[in-house]
Amino acid sequence: MSVLVIAEHDNAHLNDATRAAVTAAKALGGDIHILVAGHNAGAVAQGAAQIDGVAKVLHADSEALDKRLAEAMEGVVLSLAEGYDALLTPASTSGKNFMPRIAAKLDVMQISDIIAVEAPDTFVRPVYAGNALQTVKSSDAKKVITVRPTTFEKAGDQGACAIETVDAGTPAAASRFVGEELSKSDRPELASAKIVVSGGRGVGSAENFAIIESLADTIGAAVGASRAAVDAGYVPNDYQVGQTGKVVAPDLYIAIGISGAIQHLAGMKDSKVIVAINKDEEAPIFSVADYGLVADLFTAVPEFEAALKG
Amino acid sequence: MKILVPVKRVVDYNVKVRVKPDQSDVDLANVKMSMNPFCEIAVEEAIRLKEKGLAEEIITVSIGPAQAQETLRTALAMGADRGILVQTDQTTEPLAVAKILAKVVEAEGPSLVILGKQAIDDDANQTGQMLAALLGWPQATFASEVKLDGEALEVTREIDGGLQTLAMSLPAIVTTDLRLNEPRYASLPNIMKAKKKPIDTKTPDDFGEDITPRLQVLKVSEPAKREAGIKVENVTQLVDKLKNEAGVL
Ligand SMILES: Cc1cc2nc3c(=O)[nH]c(=O)nc-3n(C[C@H](O)[C@H](O)[C@H](O)COP(=O)(O)OP(=O)(O)OC[C@H]3O[C@@H](n4cnc5c(N)ncnc54)[C@H](O)[C@@H]3O)c2cc1C
Ligand SMILES: Cc1cc2nc3c(=O)[nH]c(=O)nc-3n(C[C@H](O)[C@H](O)[C@H](O)COP(=O)(O)OP(=O)(O)OC[C@H]3O[C@@H](n4cnc5c(N)ncnc54)[C@H](O)[C@@H]3O)c2cc1C
Repeated sequence: MSVLVIAEHDNAHLNDATRAAVTAAKALGGDIHILVAGHNAGAVAQGAAQIDGVAKVLHADSEALDKRLAEAMEGVVLSLAEGYDALLTPASTSGKNFMPRIAAKLDVMQISDIIAVEAPDTFVRPVYAGNALQTVKSSDAKKVITVRPTTFEKAGDQGACAIETVDAGTPAAASRFVGEELSKSDRPELASAKIVVSGGRGVGSAENFAIIESLADTIGAAVGASRAAVDAGYVPNDYQVGQTGKVVAPDLYIAIGISGAIQHLAGMKDSKVIVAINKDEEAPIFSVADYGLVADLFTAVPEFEAALKG
Repeated sequence: MKILVPVKRVVDYNVKVRVKPDQSDVDLANVKMSMNPFCEIAVEEAIRLKEKGLAEEIITVSIGPAQAQETLRTALAMGADRGILVQTDQTTEPLAVAKILAKVVEAEGPSLVILGKQAIDDDANQTGQMLAALLGWPQATFASEVKLDGEALEVTREIDGGLQTLAMSLPAIVTTDLRLNEPRYASLPNIMKAKKKPIDTKTPDDFGEDITPRLQVLKVSEPAKREAGIKVENVTQLVDKLKNEAGVL
């Protein structure tokens, strides 16, 4: 058995979700190799070599791999796939983007967003917005898997293993990177933060969102939001937590002015401790909250922040 | 130019599904079914391209049971021109769906296929990407803006860090994210008109595709229930609980 984990990174930093995918790979058994495909991503390859349990890093470098576009990733991963029994990558927007292409070319049914490995061919994955967990057994010879990063421990460190340079392959089709607009912030990354403070439609406006951000900064938290808050333009799209946004599982999740629709709960109900602040005592969010405060957020949140500072 | 829009019939997003006591599946008896919300966004986008004079015909296709006709009718009522029902009662996995869609693309010759980014039932998020790979086409997934100028397609995508813009030439695959558009409701006259629009019925065999599932569902279980906790009286009590009981601050 040998497993290839495809690293998530931005050419400068290895994303921690990769460590979760390595832990899932360990549960499959066998040798684990990591592919770092990118452009000028030598530091990432060195970081990957130090993840506990990794036997070898494969490093592919080319300009075409700079943004890890799906067509280029298909080229490089397919050129390596033959040597492996399983291919894994985190279920990030990047992994979700390229991995199904590889599965289709290998004539394999991808197993998306796994939360547990029961056996090398049997996996658990959430369906219906997390209202049901499906245990599936794959009959495909090769397994192509995306891993939900929040449910696997992050693999630790080891003394660096070998790094081997591999060919970047040929992109499967032409798409061109035009530009990007990335949210810049000194706050922790939403997907891996220990504390997340999220605001919903109840916050009322983009200006009002400052009280959510201010609380978050006081306690070193990441900022999230419901779909309604994103749709209304209070915050950028990448803040969305939920079934169709980001899945988070911090130690503490504070939901403010969020009703608790199933699509939102799907993205945060595995948090260790949930706090809800909502003026409607019937709001469904209270049914999952460890600590609920029925209050107007415009008085409660500043008071909460002041108490934490004091 | 033709646009193909595959649509899926799924449990309505307002329904909280329950797992059957024997853990064989979720209970879908007498549950409201609707078009997958991301597919609605796909249909809407195709209609807008047609309204701008950038497309001549919108073909909608659904792979599923006889009732998937209703989903096609919804797409036709919104403004698609004709439908194709690939009828089967078997479970169809994304790989099988992508293979059938690839054959439909061969037969119909669309330059653009717009799909939803994920179906809200099995949340697999694969079909569009798989179809792109099978056809050897470029893809723009999770689209929040689509600009078409002749053969040149420019798409803004929702990614983990923010937004990314890609350019590609047709033919191409686009999958829709939530903020691409707000789908229209079909008006009653259009619902009536849609009844006269043609729907071609086929079977997977007509396309020579083996759709045997690759994944065997061993069990469907209920996730661990999260018990509701307590209501605190005020902020002081909340801070106290978080510091001294939960130990998270
Ligand atoms: C296909 C699809 C996918 C979706 N995906 C997601 C997803 O990924 N994530 C997501 O979040 N949603 C998602 N949704 C949307 C979801 O169904 C809900 O509409 C959304 O989560 C509601 O957001 P909200 O709780 O902020 O707004 P609302 O439901 O409007 O709730 C606002 C809450 O704020 C409270 N409030 C108002 N004013 C105050 C105040 N002054 N003080 C205190 N409380 C106040 C109200 O009591 C209310 O409970 C999806 C929907 C669909 C159809
Ligand atoms: C996915 C979807 C979501 C929608 N959401 C909303 C919404 O949130 N709010 C809203 O106001 N509208 C909405 N509509 C508007 C829509 O035009 C109809 O009102 C609705 O689909 C009819 O509901 P039903 O459950 O009776 O449909 P069905 O059970 O499918 O309809 C039964 C029959 O009623 C007839 N019928 C369908 N629509 C109408 C109508 N508008 N008036 C009279 N007869 C009709 C048709 O012959 C149909 O076969 C939505 C439509 C769709 C397709």
